[in-house]
Amino acid sequence: MMKNKNDYMNIPKEKFKMVNEGQRLTDTKFEDKPVGYLKDAWIRFRKNKGSIVAAVIILVIVLFSLLTPLIISKHPATFMDVYYAKKPSRSLTLKKIGLSEGTVTRTFSGAGLIRAIGIGVGAEDHDGSGQVTVKEGLSSYYQPIKKIGPLTTITEIKGAKPKSIYNNCVIETYLEVGFLYKSFEQDEYRRIVEWQNETGLQILYPLVENNDYNLDPLDANYWYKTKKGTPVTTASGKAKTVELSDGLVLEDNYKRDAEGNPIYYEYTGGGDHDTAQYKVRILYYNYYIYQNGFEPEYIFGTDSQGYDLAVRMAGGLRLSLLLAVVVSAINLTIGAIYGAIEGYYGGWIDLILERISDILVDVPFIVVATLFQLHLSSKVGVIPSLIFAFILTGWIGMAARTRTQFYRFKGQEYVLAARTLGAKDWRIIWKHIFPNALGTIITGTILIIPGTINSESMLSYLGIVKLGSATQTSLGTLLSDAANIWTNYPHLLGYPAIALSLLMICFNLFGNGLRDAFNPSLRGVEE
Amino acid sequence: MTKYIIKRLLLMIFTFFVIMTMCFMLIRLLPRELPQDKNLQAVITARFEALGYNKPLLVQYGIYLRNIIMDWDFGTSWYIQFRVPAMEVLTSRLLPSVLVNLYSFILSVPLGILFGIYAAIKKNKWQDQFISTAVMIFVSVPSYVYAFLVQYIFYFKLDWLPLTMYSLADAGGSYWTQKMFVSMIMPILALSFGQIADLTRFTRAELTETLTSDYMLLARTKGLTRAQATSRHALKNAMVPILPRIIGGFIGILGGSIIIEQIFAIPGVGQLYMKSINLFDYDVFMCDTIFYTFIGLLAGIIGDLSYGFIDPRIRMGSKK
Repeated sequence: MMKNKNDYMNIPKEKFKMVNEGQRLTDTKFEDKPVGYLKDAWIRFRKNKGSIVAAVIILVIVLFSLLTPLIISKHPATFMDVYYAKKPSRSLTLKKIGLSEGTVTRTFSGAGLIRAIGIGVGAEDHDGSGQVTVKEGLSSYYQPIKKIGPLTTITEIKGAKPKSIYNNCVIETYLEVGFLYKSFEQDEYRRIVEWQNETGLQILYPLVENNDYNLDPLDANYWYKTKKGTPVTTASGKAKTVELSDGLVLEDNYKRDAEGNPIYYEYTGGGDHDTAQYKVRILYYNYYIYQNGFEPEYIFGTDSQGYDLAVRMAGGLRLSLLLAVVVSAINLTIGAIYGAIEGYYGGWIDLILERISDILVDVPFIVVATLFQLHLSSKVGVIPSLIFAFILTGWIGMAARTRTQFYRFKGQEYVLAARTLGAKDWRIIWKHIFPNALGTIITGTILIIPGTINSESMLSYLGIVKLGSATQTSLGTLLSDAANIWTNYPHLLGYPAIALSLLMICFNLFGNGLRDAFNPSLRGVEE
Repeated sequence: MTKYIIKRLLLMIFTFFVIMTMCFMLIRLLPRELPQDKNLQAVITARFEALGYNKPLLVQYGIYLRNIIMDWDFGTSWYIQFRVPAMEVLTSRLLPSVLVNLYSFILSVPLGILFGIYAAIKKNKWQDQFISTAVMIFVSVPSYVYAFLVQYIFYFKLDWLPLTMYSLADAGGSYWTQKMFVSMIMPILALSFGQIADLTRFTRAELTETLTSDYMLLARTKGLTRAQATSRHALKNAMVPILPRIIGGFIGILGGSIIIEQIFAIPGVGQLYMKSINLFDYDVFMCDTIFYTFIGLLAGIIGDLSYGFIDPRIRMGSKK
């Protein structure tokens, strides 16, 4: 019998070979990565465009609050300049494209306009030659008036004499400060003269005669001869009113010595060589450069006291954010522990703990904040007592959230299994149940942040919490400082209000996005 | 139901008592500021002595409670209105607060519900997206930012409305005159934006949930039009959580808004609160605190109880 090739019934033993001989058999790895809870949340969060934008804006605000003192502003937190208070935004870089010029639009009377233009004219006329025309003065670097509006006639009150005014004039508010009278020690005076020679920038200007032509001896900007505010010429020996025109030369009222040279300083008192005091008339813009080494530049302008608003806002934002994060972290901790104990043990422990939080939750927050400030702020400081107030009732929401989650998970099989294997209560709470509840709890924490920022700014706005100091402020304090004067200086209110609103909107959007992402029941709903 | 109501009321009274006790102790422990005027100082010190302010704290509290129960006496105002009972100072400021809040309430409830319904019906269309975005912004922005915005538009730019509320004398001696109402428009608007947005969001959320429920499908299968099914079934069910919220909010209008009253110079309860702190008028402060606590508790309890009245299916306090 021939051996059949296809005889499968009797295969000899040696023909058998082990499959995968010498190899270990294991499960093959997944081709793609497993999608865990966090990963799934991240995937769904990414789809929410609004939340991504909000997260980016929050990041920008955080960076602004951290980097402003280092990069954006040249001014330290304590830097304050009373002459440049309430000034609008001015940036030398943005100025080139016509933004942030530090200008405002205003209406001037004829005399007021000449006084403002006179600053530029006077700045050119530092040697008292008296040859500078208004036209030349208008193109001066120190000329505050950038645009003269049309001359219109209005009647304010019926029957009164009609008034001529210049509408819509554009004025540079930093240059508007113009000239000031100051008193220097001789030492300082000599340093300024040296600096003038080095840089070619003029600080010291001739003093003004205190006579009938000087309208206001305290205002250093009336350097020309005036009668009731209008410039006059006395060439004919008799005062004659002049009107604004291009070829006009304002007649100066400078103090002069016997030879007719203008006098730049006057001895006002003081003892020896170094401490002798000199009264001088300075151009403040250049004096600022002398003091600081750079031209005035404030990206958001200056606040009501003369601090750099950008630095103040960055400080306020830093305080708000830090406070909010600290408060939510503490509330998270207390709330999680409290809620875990309530939810896990249940029964009479739950009943008693719930009654305690029931009572606390009904205490009006504003009353708590007020009482804590009144009692504690002098002992532990304003900010710690504010934090205490936030904590006293703030954790309750978190506790309720955690408690619900614990009620949901504590009856599940894996908890029973863990208990059967002898796990202690503490281990079951933190190792088994808590990680499952974490998503909901974290989301709750994010949503505490805008609430805290809002309450903090409200309390500091009302003045219940006093956060304003030389180095620190809050957005609420900035807003309340601006509350009575903002109609004249809108930027004082505008920038902090925008920053605060933006922060609130973004945190709410971001928090909602997180909440939806962490909510497994919404999985697949969008598709 | 009755048993549940009684239980809730008792708990409310207990909570109220505990909070009142805590606040009393904390307020009485504050150092008392005396005025500069020697005569006034003597009068007030003598009066404090007579009222037992130098006795132990618990005895003081006993006196305080006795005065409230026997004479309805919540202490005296010394600085805001000299020697006027604190309760009288408070009640005299109730009307402006309530009026401003009531007007804004009347404005925002219908608008909020309407926007909410519209957004829910147009869900995921551009109308809904527009309303939802606006709601997100309006809910987040603090109310005093609106106050400034409204002032900027209506006073600074348009010059239609007065910057702050008129005093009683300016407006003809009554809070009901037309002139007074015009001066109240700005605070009403400032308060309304947030309330409208809040209610819109809530209504939209509730209505979208009921719109997708099974009984809506049944109603449509029975032959009801979409409008009929929405108004008779979905809206009715969505109102169950919305109405208690509105009722709770209605009680809340008594409290006023401290910050809005401060900005618009409304002589209300909220402004009184700030004044009492700044002038150290602690009896008024205590009275205002009690008032706020009471309003908060009352709003909560009435909101909760109204659930049972609105929807008979909800059995309050019943066992699981």
